[in-house]
Amino acid sequence: MKKLSARRRHPLAALVVLLFALAVTGGLYAAFSPSEAKADDSSAQSLAIEEGKKLYSVGCASCHGTGGQGTSDGPSLVGVGSAAVDFQVGTGRMPAQQPGAQVPKKKKIYSDAETEQLAAYISSLGAGPVTPSKGQYSTDGADVAKGGELFRTNCAQCHNFAGKGGALTNGKYAPSLEGVSKKHLYEAMQTGPQNMPSFPDTTMPEKNKQDVIAYLDTVNSDKSKTPGGLELGGLGPVSEGLFAWVFGMGALIVLTIWVAARTAKAKKS
Amino acid sequence: MSSHEISEAEEKLPEERAQGGATAVAEDPFADPGLPEHEHRQQDIDERAAQRSERTVALLFTVSMLATIAFIASYVALPVDKYIYVFPIGHISALNFALGVTLGIALFAIGAGAVHWARTLMSDVEVADERHAIEASPEVKAKVLEDFRTGAQESGFGRRKLARNTLFGALALVPLSGVVLLRDLGPLPGTKLRHTTWAKGKRLMNYNTMQPLRPEDISVGSLTFAMPEGMTEEDHDFQTEIAKAALMLVRLQPDNIKDKRELDWSHDGIVAFSKICTHVGCPINLYEQQTHHVLCPCHQSTFDLSDGGRVIFGPAGHALPQLRIKANDQGYLEAMGDFSEPVGPAYWERG
Repeated sequence: MKKLSARRRHPLAALVVLLFALAVTGGLYAAFSPSEAKADDSSAQSLAIEEGKKLYSVGCASCHGTGGQGTSDGPSLVGVGSAAVDFQVGTGRMPAQQPGAQVPKKKKIYSDAETEQLAAYISSLGAGPVTPSKGQYSTDGADVAKGGELFRTNCAQCHNFAGKGGALTNGKYAPSLEGVSKKHLYEAMQTGPQNMPSFPDTTMPEKNKQDVIAYLDTVNSDKSKTPGGLELGGLGPVSEGLFAWVFGMGALIVLTIWVAARTAKAKKS
Repeated sequence: MSSHEISEAEEKLPEERAQGGATAVAEDPFADPGLPEHEHRQQDIDERAAQRSERTVALLFTVSMLATIAFIASYVALPVDKYIYVFPIGHISALNFALGVTLGIALFAIGAGAVHWARTLMSDVEVADERHAIEASPEVKAKVLEDFRTGAQESGFGRRKLARNTLFGALALVPLSGVVLLRDLGPLPGTKLRHTTWAKGKRLMNYNTMQPLRPEDISVGSLTFAMPEGMTEEDHDFQTEIAKAALMLVRLQPDNIKDKRELDWSHDGIVAFSKICTHVGCPINLYEQQTHHVLCPCHQSTFDLSDGGRVIFGPAGHALPQLRIKANDQGYLEAMGDFSEPVGPAYWERG
């Protein structure tokens, strides 16, 4: 130490110290950087899971349990996958406002980024259907006619032939599919939200789902053709009959009363 | 009577009112007032007004004729697949729209013309038509009854009992010839309603992809429709056969299956049920995956698929028939026979 101390005023001392400091910094960097690089791939993911877990603890845990295991108020979320989260949260169904026969669609509460974080956390609990990519639910080159056939076989029993929705038991209902985004349609088929059965890729392949989406896109667009005239909600003969009885017969009765009420006499009394 | 008069009458004491009332009541309060004086219409007085009315009526009838011609013309001229946008209706078929509008005008103009004619030009003089007793005079009645008695006696209807009874027999039997002819409306159903295309070893084909189904394809909570192997939509009897053989497959957790037979007939929790309602045969597949109920859209019959397809609500009289399935050596799902009971509506000889 004496030697070092004696040479501390040597003209090259500053240079030596500088080199030493550089070496230490470089060495430290070399020692720590590989581990950092390894963590880099999953850091964004683990960050999302962390953030998702925080959101989950605040907004979801009261019904679905602190670890997503489910309680008497809400089902287990283990293995539902990110697609289910994206559907339920993205359409505003979750968080539910109140318990009931069915949780309705409403204004969504979480932003897209928050939804993704929640999805990341839920999918970390157990593998499940993954949020579809744009290519999966794109309807480019889809067969609308085949989609109509598939829709009538698999979906129309509850959702009506034109996707207008319908009633089920005890206050449950199949919602109208008008204005539902392609992604959410795909996710609903994939995951089977609430009482809807799922139509997994093993029984309804991706191509079939695209056809169904293309069909709905066609019948629900502004340009969709209605050869018979007014759709009257597309609910079928009951609403049409009601319309004919109420408005058709009503107009005839009004006209008859109007004709009879007007006197034809020259001297108006 | 105005309200002023009423209040004046009310103010009087009862005895006073009785006195006052005696003078107020006319000799006969229900006397026939007769017809009011006839009033003329403008058209009755003014011949030019009558001619105007006639022209209006003729115009309406002419409009109807033109609309009919337009109807025929649009039927001939407009192509079926042409669509036009009409505000509030939307993109409607031009042909349908044209046919509806022209036929509507043609019919409405006839009606409107007829009503206008009747109201302005046909006579509107009030006519009283006195009522008469419906009963015939005693002489006529006696004559008719006498004639009937004589006729019955002369025909020997009461005396010649053999002739009369055989006539009744002949009259009763003759309509049967018409009933028997109905037999040729088609072949008798035979045992067709008891059997479906399902048979031992037939694989379950996915209705969406027409590929044979494997147990691992069907996840819990999913709904799959299947048909028997070897059927194609091009078969001439496809609709007849699929109407009986249509099948739905769901997977339950085996612990959730309450019915012993259902569990035995399932494969790893995959159960196969007929898709035809046992009430009147509607396709029944409104499946609620959380409750395991299927609902029939026609009359709301509800079946519990976790309890042997038992009816839990609605008019259906029988549980949904279940198809016994297993996985074969290649790992495909196959039927172990036909349904054990006739599918579809409960009919009188259901075994």
